Amino acid sequence: MTRYLRLSGLEPFVLTPDIPFVNVGERTNVTGSARFRKLVVNRDYAAALEVARNQVENGAQIIDVNMDEGLIDSKQAMIEFLNLVASEPDIARVPVMIDSSKWEVIEAGLQCVQGKSVVNSISLKEGEDAFRHHAGLCMAYGAAVVVMAFDEKGQADTYQRKTEICARAYKILVEEIGFPPEDIIFDPNVFAVATGIEEHDNYGVDFIEATRWIRQNLPHAHVSGGVSNLSFSFRGNETVREAMHAVFLYHAIQAGMDMGIVNAGQLAVYDQIDPELREACEDVVLNRTPKAGGTATERMLDIAERYRGDKREEKVRDLAWRDWPVEKRLEHALVNGITEFIEEDTETARAAAERPLHVIEGPLMAGMNVVGDLFGAGKMFLPQVVKSARVMKQAVAVLLPYMEEEKRLNGGEGRQSAGKILMATVKGDVHDIGKNIVGVVLACNNYEIVDLGVMVPPQKILQVAREEEVDIIGLSGLITPSLDEMVHLAAEMEREGFEIPLLIGGATTSKVHTAVKIAPRFTRGQAVYVTDASRAVGVVGALLNPSQKLDYVEGIRADYADVAERHERGERAKNRLPLATARSNALKLAWDGYAPKAPSFTGTKVIEDWDLAEIAPYIDWTPFFQTWEMRGVYPKILDDEKQGEAARALFADAQEMLEKIIAERWFTPRAVVGFWPANTVGDDIRLYADADRAETRATLHTLRQQTSKRDGRPNVALSDFVAPEGKGADHVGGFVVTAGPEEAAIAEKMDKANDNYGAILVKALADRIAEAMAEMLHQRVRRDYWGYAPDEAFDPQELIAEPYAGIRPAPGYPAQPDHTEKTTLFALLDAEKTTGVKLTESMAMWPGSSVSGLYIGHPDSYYFGVGKVERDQVADYADRKGISVEEAERWLAPVLNYIPGTGEKQAAA
Amino acid sequence: MLNFSLPDAPSLATLRALAAERILILDGAMGTMIQTLNMTEEDFTGAGEGHVHGPGCRHHSDHPQKGNNDLLSLTQPQAVEDIQFTFAMAGADIMETNTFSSTTIAQADYGMQAAVHDLNVAGAQVARRAADRATAEDGRPRFVAGAVGPTNRTASISPDVNDPGYRAVSFDDLRMAYGQQIDGLIEGGSDLILIETIFDTLNAKAAIFAAFEAFARAGKRLPIMISGTITDASGRTLSGQTPTAFWHSVAHARPFSVGLNCALGASAMRPHMAEIASVATSLTCAYPNAGLPNAFGEYDEGPNDTAPQVADFAREGIVNIVGGCCGTTPDHIKAIAEAVAPFAPRKLPV
Repeated sequence: MTRYLRLSGLEPFVLTPDIPFVNVGERTNVTGSARFRKLVVNRDYAAALEVARNQVENGAQIIDVNMDEGLIDSKQAMIEFLNLVASEPDIARVPVMIDSSKWEVIEAGLQCVQGKSVVNSISLKEGEDAFRHHAGLCMAYGAAVVVMAFDEKGQADTYQRKTEICARAYKILVEEIGFPPEDIIFDPNVFAVATGIEEHDNYGVDFIEATRWIRQNLPHAHVSGGVSNLSFSFRGNETVREAMHAVFLYHAIQAGMDMGIVNAGQLAVYDQIDPELREACEDVVLNRTPKAGGTATERMLDIAERYRGDKREEKVRDLAWRDWPVEKRLEHALVNGITEFIEEDTETARAAAERPLHVIEGPLMAGMNVVGDLFGAGKMFLPQVVKSARVMKQAVAVLLPYMEEEKRLNGGEGRQSAGKILMATVKGDVHDIGKNIVGVVLACNNYEIVDLGVMVPPQKILQVAREEEVDIIGLSGLITPSLDEMVHLAAEMEREGFEIPLLIGGATTSKVHTAVKIAPRFTRGQAVYVTDASRAVGVVGALLNPSQKLDYVEGIRADYADVAERHERGERAKNRLPLATARSNALKLAWDGYAPKAPSFTGTKVIEDWDLAEIAPYIDWTPFFQTWEMRGVYPKILDDEKQGEAARALFADAQEMLEKIIAERWFTPRAVVGFWPANTVGDDIRLYADADRAETRATLHTLRQQTSKRDGRPNVALSDFVAPEGKGADHVGGFVVTAGPEEAAIAEKMDKANDNYGAILVKALADRIAEAMAEMLHQRVRRDYWGYAPDEAFDPQELIAEPYAGIRPAPGYPAQPDHTEKTTLFALLDAEKTTGVKLTESMAMWPGSSVSGLYIGHPDSYYFGVGKVERDQVADYADRKGISVEEAERWLAPVLNYIPGTGEKQAAA
Repeated sequence: MLNFSLPDAPSLATLRALAAERILILDGAMGTMIQTLNMTEEDFTGAGEGHVHGPGCRHHSDHPQKGNNDLLSLTQPQAVEDIQFTFAMAGADIMETNTFSSTTIAQADYGMQAAVHDLNVAGAQVARRAADRATAEDGRPRFVAGAVGPTNRTASISPDVNDPGYRAVSFDDLRMAYGQQIDGLIEGGSDLILIETIFDTLNAKAAIFAAFEAFARAGKRLPIMISGTITDASGRTLSGQTPTAFWHSVAHARPFSVGLNCALGASAMRPHMAEIASVATSLTCAYPNAGLPNAFGEYDEGPNDTAPQVADFAREGIVNIVGGCCGTTPDHIKAIAEAVAPFAPRKLPV
């Protein structure tokens, strides 16, 4: 590799020959900038960082940091400032030149920078031993080095001294200690010219010629210098100083000076300098006699007088974004991490908003989401995200007093933080960097963080959560076993009755794992997977906002259900078991000690004396609201901040109509229920004509899960829940309920009267009534008709959670996806005649407000999904059912794990 | 005291000669292999049945030790040695010691700071035994790389948002801790020092500094391997550096090799590895994970998934050393070794 000077901040910098000159920003040098010195002395680091940022924006490729000021602790200031710079990616992207005359300050600085920096400077001033020692340390820290032309006798001023000292230093570095020559930058000392002292007149030339010699004789080494020294005698006359610098650089660069400490924002362009001024500058820099006579210095002084007080316009920063609408300004500030205007912009947004909170939920969150998107796309990286979070914090700080005032006016208690969040890395895991970053970002948004650190046992997490009354628990983990710990903690939260949200994050965690393994274990509250730190604020904000939480959690639940289902499908597609293997892993209930209860009757019973008033309490209203695309759980939805009003209005209308339905007997609900002696034979349930179980009345065919199961879980079929032949006198029931055929006619009438609202309402209510009947009938079956749970005492609303023993699976639903099984059920119940419910060609029930299903009584029976089935089971099923494989495939199309008629396996979803 | 003219350890010449001939093989993951053993707290502390009484008895902590994999070098040395031996027989030339977290900083979480010296000496000895056993079996030389992990603290990122200038660990804290670790690794017989899974380059710079000091104390210079970790979609280290910036920051170690490991599977690592290969003047080394962990934290890529991707590195000429990180098994290493065998090692850029 060619020996180039290779440095780095967050990004690399290589001094290749096509870079004629490297700007080293000098504004963060207390000896070179009075403003910076004042900021550092006053410890105004925010403004001091702004100075550094401006330099980088103005093109400085390296920034020089110097804290040599008598009033401050230079070492401490160097450490603090460099640590702060490390947190500012748009500054830290360039390498740093650590500048001090004290070695201990330089070394302290070297311990703060991850990139390869430049030490400025070391020299032979204190002799060769110290020089070797410092150079060795630079090699061990990994830094390039500026070597001043300075020796035991003093600073080199002439060409002779400059070249001698540099040659000696080069020899020690390269030949004795093996310092890479490309990492050496000589500073042959820029001194002031045109001082009126004759000995100074040749300083410019001495520097330029020494530079030429170094570049020609000391291979790979570079030359730098502090340019502003040159014009020291023209302090206060910026125009002249900039012109002198430009002229000096023009010539020194040609001689080989490839680096310099200059104010990148204030440098005249050589070609654009007033020719007269330029010529005067060249005379002093090159020590020429002016054409017009006199000395170069006298001539320079004359001309300089003309420019005194002529202030050059400071380079204007690009502030076009300040004219954008306030929302865009806030977004820009968040994305770019600009704090300068955030307070005024937030104030502007607040003044325009209805409530201060709306500024956070609106434009600020929108901006943070942009940050999250950019981070996800790899266009921003972590330190920038952390910076955005800090801008966010500043904005929130502006809003806080207003929010507290609002709360006070509403009679509430002023709250210090937006919420309290417990964070912990789970037991057995010691990784906490990600967790800390999330903590940082959340703290920026005014959340109080209770950080329990790493390897935190679940008991401790729950204990502290209770003691501190935290609003959210956040778990982090990196290694695989941590996932199980998280599942365990979720289960513990469930067991101990926690209802606060549980956030899951860390490298091995995933949405799928959270949806499939964690969330189902914690149903009292919601487990939420958080992709990365940038998303944490949005998630926490939504979870702790009473007006958003319900919707948000509903959305998460729906999403996770979807994810879990897709995962399940994918898994099934991947690992399908042969039917024989699935059968050998069937659910094996203990039949030997089980004495099934016989129902109070066998055969069928028609129930006509339905009292709509008795059905009404069994209505599950949550699906009713879903029909109207209102997401939320009844009755909480009625108090929802956003949709509560609409929900209340709808509910009032529904209640009003329901009263009419009951009072005016709009519907004539009917039901038929039946029981038959039954036993399982293989995957079929055989129903017998009578108690001696000799003659088969009908056969119910069931389908078995073919998924590859984890953790010893069985491959279940409905037949597993019924006693096998010879193992007990079991029974199976069946039912059809309907709210009645009137619903259709009433709805049609309303439609014609342009009352679409009423038409939808009546249909929705009829559906709810049919479902409520099914619920009510099932309860009656358990208590009386079958009577296996005579003492069951759940009130109607408790039944929604299905706390009872036994199930009522419906053909066409996940436990038995084959709709055609309804024909068997309808025949057994003679349902069309007894209830008026008909099966359409596609096996749908008419009227629509009807429900049918089987009754299975075993206390260990449960609802499940068969999932995708393989070719072998379909062939077997068709054979058992006495239909063709093609017909079976037609009805089972949605659950086939293969494409019928081909040998191809269906791709995993 | 630093000394830049120390004699090189004899292993360097052998390694250089071998690396000129073929792509060298580094072993696979220790952590995920240990996880498959499903060890209990008692297994970790060595209190359980069948425990070989050894130096582990000397150390006690009130913290639970389950998950403190490094402790197994003391409490279950045979189990660790067997894993390493299996990797060696699968084709690995270089065995990593089980010392990823054997610093006072990383062990503080387990209350095991006092065990650090023993952990490193024993870690190196165990790997040495595995390596020598394999060499006795098939005659091929094996090398022990003393593994130096990143610790769980960052020297250039503040954990406290209200104080971005704050640091939870200083360069000197890290330098001292790493120095102690490297002394132990050298004492236990390591042939190389492997500074790995670097997410904050300043931590790595402290480790390099500490290595220089430890070499001066030992009177010899061991070859250093350096391995960074690209953590996210931006293609940077956690501390924000690009791969090239990372190389510039560690090149002063004059490492035997530089490269990347962990966090990514081979295909995701490839562009970053190619970038490093184009700038590094040392050999390059890549040991990716067996893909990305699936939803359950398991690594799905089988040997025949990972090996062809690593073979692509070899085909493109961007690697001199390859191996595996999280989720890679002896079968992976065997498949990788076979897959890269037909290809010449990377040539240094000119």
